[in-house]
Amino acid sequence: MSLRRPRVLVSVVGFSLLAGCSAGSSSEESSSATAAPSSGGGGAQGPSNDPISIGLVAEPASLDFTKNDGAAIPQAELGNIYETLVKQDQDGKIVPGLATRWTVSPDRKTYTFDLPANATFSTGAKVTGADVAYSIDQVKTKWTIGLKAKMDPVSAVDATSPTQVKVTLSKPSNSWLFDMTTRVGAIFPKSGGDLANKPVGSGPYTFTRWNRGDSIVLTRNDKYWGQKPHFKTVTLKYFKDPTALNNALLSGTIDVVSTLQAPEALSQFPTSKYQVIEGTTNGEVVLSMNNSRAPFTDKRVRQAVRYAIDHKGLIDTCWAGKGQQIGSMVPPTDPWYEDLTKVTPYDQAKAKSLLQQAGKVGATVRLRLPNLPYATACGPVVKSMLEQVGLKVKIDTLEFPAAWLTTVFKNADYDMSIIAHVEPRDLPTVFGDPTYYTRYNNPQLEPLLAAADQGSETDQVTNMKKAARLLADDAAADFLFLLPNLMVADKGITGLPKNAITEGFDLAALGRS
Amino acid sequence: MILRLLSRLAVLVASLAVSTMVVFGFMVVLPGSPARVALGVNASDASVAQLEQEFGLDRPKGVQYLDWVGGLLRFDLGRSYVSRAEIAPQIADRLQVTLWLVVTSTVLALVIAVPLGVLMAVRHRRASGVLLSALSQVGVAVPAFLAGVLLVALFSVRLGWLPANGWTPPVEDPAMFLEQLVLPVLSLGLVQGAVLARYVRSAVLDVMREDYIRTARAKGLRPMRALVRHGLRNAAIPVVTVLGLQLATLLVGAVVIERVFVIPGLGSGLLDAVANRDLILVQDIVMLLVTAVLIVNFVVDLLYLVIDPRLRSVR
Repeated sequence: MSLRRPRVLVSVVGFSLLAGCSAGSSSEESSSATAAPSSGGGGAQGPSNDPISIGLVAEPASLDFTKNDGAAIPQAELGNIYETLVKQDQDGKIVPGLATRWTVSPDRKTYTFDLPANATFSTGAKVTGADVAYSIDQVKTKWTIGLKAKMDPVSAVDATSPTQVKVTLSKPSNSWLFDMTTRVGAIFPKSGGDLANKPVGSGPYTFTRWNRGDSIVLTRNDKYWGQKPHFKTVTLKYFKDPTALNNALLSGTIDVVSTLQAPEALSQFPTSKYQVIEGTTNGEVVLSMNNSRAPFTDKRVRQAVRYAIDHKGLIDTCWAGKGQQIGSMVPPTDPWYEDLTKVTPYDQAKAKSLLQQAGKVGATVRLRLPNLPYATACGPVVKSMLEQVGLKVKIDTLEFPAAWLTTVFKNADYDMSIIAHVEPRDLPTVFGDPTYYTRYNNPQLEPLLAAADQGSETDQVTNMKKAARLLADDAAADFLFLLPNLMVADKGITGLPKNAITEGFDLAALGRS
Repeated sequence: MILRLLSRLAVLVASLAVSTMVVFGFMVVLPGSPARVALGVNASDASVAQLEQEFGLDRPKGVQYLDWVGGLLRFDLGRSYVSRAEIAPQIADRLQVTLWLVVTSTVLALVIAVPLGVLMAVRHRRASGVLLSALSQVGVAVPAFLAGVLLVALFSVRLGWLPANGWTPPVEDPAMFLEQLVLPVLSLGLVQGAVLARYVRSAVLDVMREDYIRTARAKGLRPMRALVRHGLRNAAIPVVTVLGLQLATLLVGAVVIERVFVIPGLGSGLLDAVANRDLILVQDIVMLLVTAVLIVNFVVDLLYLVIDPRLRSVR
């Protein structure tokens, strides 16, 4: 499992369509999965000349996600300019994307994807098996970002026909198929091109222009092979200042606030004019404890921290009561979610006695926060809760990303930190590698993760559940809450997703009633 | 006179040279690697090293410095580490935006400050003068960003007369450009104008106490006429000094207003570049700002000579 960098609230947003699919866990057959060709969008009203303007918080640093790691790049491009063979629906289930169907061999090492005959890139060239083979090969050979390792399981790709491609893995991997729903699965034309300035894909929108420091403009791809989206032009407008973002909606400059950065700002939007979307994300706000450093080498101290935190009170105080308690490293949209908040319920007496047993009453720990809204808001609350049970907490704040990444993430020079891990299905990433910044090293975890990755879908669910419980029991970290998906939009906008769980912001689904 | 000019010019060039070293030095000690930020921290050390090599960051610092300064002298600002795009056009775009903001708000400040300051001085013993003076004190006390937030709350959110934020280049849509320019220019201009008006007031007050004004009055000139004819030029020296300082502050300081109004100017470009550790872009922008500030100071020095002939003979 490759390592990934955590992304933060400002880069969370990713949407898939609001389709009414079956809820909850994946029930697809292990040998094959097929479904009706996907429309790629739910623009129910059909194409119009309407424009829409969407306010977002993090501007991409580049348009080329093969060479730059920022989450804002796939947010704008994935599912809009580029398509993936498979994608994730609102419930976290893997459904057909560019591929109309796929089958898995009995040994779970060969995947065969069928492509639609009428799919074209926005240049007019047909999407063929050779383009898919090229795209997968590029990840392995030309991509430079750390995420390229997601393609490591692939040992061979063959375009068996213009509309079929066969991918062979060196060992079975459920996470590989899931990762194909993310940016590493994006399909590029094999003719190549200037990804940083003129991205070309097969998606429902084409890139028009980028006004640096301000906005990216996309135009509907009228040659799109699937259902054409409603809005002709989409302006993605970027705001660094949350007040400016909210004001832009209030004064009618934009139609949607994609992420409300401060939940307490909700009250300024009258319900007569605006709708509020509230759902979940993949962003687990983790109170990480450096498992390789005293006092957190002692499980009792880690447990004491978990018992000491009143999660409900914390969410109410620092995040305006929005956000869900999770108890482990699994969001409710993953098939293996279960409520683990009762493993270590809020209990100050228990926390005190555990600290006493460990002989760590009065120990000083350093809480190194990134300068991100949720971290700076919740850090002092955590400090006060831990001090009530007898720990001494020193807070220092580091600039995010550069300083925090180097100090906490790369060098693990910290005792505790608070960061939202917004990657989908990132439990193995964050806790499965002892060199990761959490420095969590539990030999019981690795076999569970391996069995989950290589077994059937049912095995995957069973083993991931065990892994999540193990983390809670062992107090590998504390899970403060799950970041809410909070959007505000003009009342007439339709197709906004309840849950923001994919890397791309699906614009094709949007409409206006 | 020529000698004085030349010495000023020499100071300008020397300051620029020293600035390049200071700016580059800061980049060297700034923690965090641009390659690591670009690739994500979990990129392997090998790929980080490869990208650093591509950027030329593995070369000795001295070579990097000379390479950069050499480029500057040829007006070659290099390529951004992050977006891989040429830097010069990016900076040109942003500079244009910032200049619109700075120049129009400075003009507004002058238009407000000169008449208001003179009026406050002339009437400093009367109720109207005191009232104006008090008002200008309030203007001095309010920071520009607060003025911005308040103006947006009133004119955009409540009344809906003007857009709350955004920027449209004048060639694209002149009407929109003007609409979006009004509030940021007002926030900067009103505050700067209030500050400047205080200086105009005190400079004019000083001048009015001078002997030559009394002489002019004794000749029979009315107070305003005496002031305009003999006083203003003398009062201009301190005002020009402050104006130069304000211009320099605005070039960099407009960043706060750029954030409030979501304007893609130089200051917000600088902040983004620092966050991305796009060091070469940071260096280029900072050098541009330093150069602009030094040139403003140089021009202010020249203006002294224009305004006050007596200074021309002094070495």
